[in-house]
Amino acid sequence: MLPIIFVLPLLQLVILSNAATFEVKNIKFGYIDNDHSSTSRALIEKFNASTYFDVLTDFTSEANASSAMLNGEIDVVLEIPRHFARNLQKEKYVNLGVTINAIDGAAAGVENVYITQIIQSYNKNIRTDLVQISDAQIQPVYIDTIPLFWYNETLNYKTFMVPGILVLLVTMITLFLSGMNIVREKEIGTLEQINVTPIKKSQFIIGKLFPFWVIGMALLSIGLIIAKIIFDVPMVGSLLLMYVYTSIYILVILGIGLFISNFTDTQQQAMFIAWFFVVIFILMSGLFTPIESMPKWAQIITEFNPIKYYVEVMRMVMLKGSGFMDILPQLIKTLVYAIVMNGLAVWSYKKTT
Amino acid sequence: MGISISNISKSYKNVKTLHDISFDVKPNELFGLIGPDGAGKTTLFRILTTLLFPDEGTATVAGFDVVGDYKEIRKNVGYMPGRFSLYQDLTVEENLNFFATIFGTTIDENYDLIKDIYVQIEPFKDRRAGKLSGGMKQKLALSCALIHKPKVLFLDEPTTGVDPVSRKEFWEMLKRLQQKGITILVSTPYMDEAALCDRVALIQDGNIMEIDTPEAIVKHYPKPIYNVRAHNMYQLITSLKDYEFNHSVYPFGEFVHYTDSRTDFKPMELQHYLESKNLKNIEIHETDATIEDTFMELAK
Repeated sequence: MLPIIFVLPLLQLVILSNAATFEVKNIKFGYIDNDHSSTSRALIEKFNASTYFDVLTDFTSEANASSAMLNGEIDVVLEIPRHFARNLQKEKYVNLGVTINAIDGAAAGVENVYITQIIQSYNKNIRTDLVQISDAQIQPVYIDTIPLFWYNETLNYKTFMVPGILVLLVTMITLFLSGMNIVREKEIGTLEQINVTPIKKSQFIIGKLFPFWVIGMALLSIGLIIAKIIFDVPMVGSLLLMYVYTSIYILVILGIGLFISNFTDTQQQAMFIAWFFVVIFILMSGLFTPIESMPKWAQIITEFNPIKYYVEVMRMVMLKGSGFMDILPQLIKTLVYAIVMNGLAVWSYKKTT
Repeated sequence: MGISISNISKSYKNVKTLHDISFDVKPNELFGLIGPDGAGKTTLFRILTTLLFPDEGTATVAGFDVVGDYKEIRKNVGYMPGRFSLYQDLTVEENLNFFATIFGTTIDENYDLIKDIYVQIEPFKDRRAGKLSGGMKQKLALSCALIHKPKVLFLDEPTTGVDPVSRKEFWEMLKRLQQKGITILVSTPYMDEAALCDRVALIQDGNIMEIDTPEAIVKHYPKPIYNVRAHNMYQLITSLKDYEFNHSVYPFGEFVHYTDSRTDFKPMELQHYLESKNLKNIEIHETDATIEDTFMELAK
């Protein structure tokens, strides 16, 4: 059992951190070049040069391109109209047709941004080529924005995801193990024997929780080592702070697990309820979708989501180097949560049936 | 310092499992609770071991009230549930150590009490409890229930599913424990084990039918019992059941236990009747009643 507890989550960490990125890469790109001029070829060359697009095919007609998109062979079609180069020269204005497969809405949005960026930069070059000296005076001044991405300068998704996924793994393992534990004793009957002994409720529950607390902390340590060695995630903040917060956080999760355990009779029921909470906690944690974009009522619910605080704290401390005072609000909320959940767990555990 | 139960009732939802039960177990007595499955034996045990609250009535164990002084009871009783409920993935020795620790004692402190039993499983002390045979498991469970030197020992169907030799050994152990001053309440569905108790209570459907020594219970049996045997058991039973004067017919090993509803019953009449039903090798002779006969009579 112990190897399973450690090996599987760490495999998940390695696999998911690589897979769960929001970057859209290897976009299957097709084009219909009706112009066949050096200008249109220069535009296509721009796409070719981009690392995001795999330039696949030159379609002869729009019908061919649509059927290819229907078959899933391409995601994006760029249609360059006839007389593209000529119109650009003469009228300084031309329309381009872009068709994007939007079955995955999020990806389509990102693809649109990429395409616009490429065309804009192409546009800028073309403009400089076409601008005549007499026009120079009436050209508007460019407002150029140079974005600077703080705390994650290269916008590396792994940097962003690894702390989050580590949080999930610590949570899931400790919740499932603690949730199943007392129920298991009910199932195999050992609880009945224990209940006839003079052991105190709190002693029994501490005895049940402590091993899982240790496992959770060990999992965090190994996860952090992997994050450093394999993903080279920056660890700006204090490790001690991460451990202090985690040690309180795991208590919350263990309290929830025990509480579930006390109200169920079989491991199956416990598993089912634990899953219910894990799925809600994960999807509403701000790990995959930002909390700010959720509806108001959902945002209120996330206030009760311990994973949300843990994700926040881990990202803040690891990437931003936040100190004790910065994470104090989360720390206090988590501490209150821990006291409430464990209080409920001890209260609901009855030695009589 | 024994057990005293007065007017205990308990219901699960709408099913009443115990009806107004009252009896006393004297200190240092080996008391048997005899009844079929579902009679309410386990419910009564769970009330006495403070795992369950009675709906009505009071009970004391070793002088402590089962509701008010539950903490004292938990320190002073040993309980062996019907189902094996030790940690299967701990070894024999670890289980024993674990329970000794919970009770705030050590194996060495009370070793003399469990010595007779523990020596039999000691060769397997490094084996996991889940890998032991049925009889071994019972011995380990008994050792664990005794490790804190309880005043009262509750054994819920300890011999169910155990082979005849181990059962016999188990009862010998109980006799020895009794000599060490422990009050023992044991439940069993096996009527033959009842004879080994000092006193027994016959229980069915949550009612106590009779409480007495096994000898007295047998003497209370109202009618003479006849062992009847013939070449064909099945035909014999059906013929006897068709006989107009029969009072009870129960198969009992190689014989059928038969009682007659008349007071002036003559075995010869039955013999003629059975011969008329084409049965051969007929044997009829009077025999002594057993606890089982009494139970069947009372349960009628």
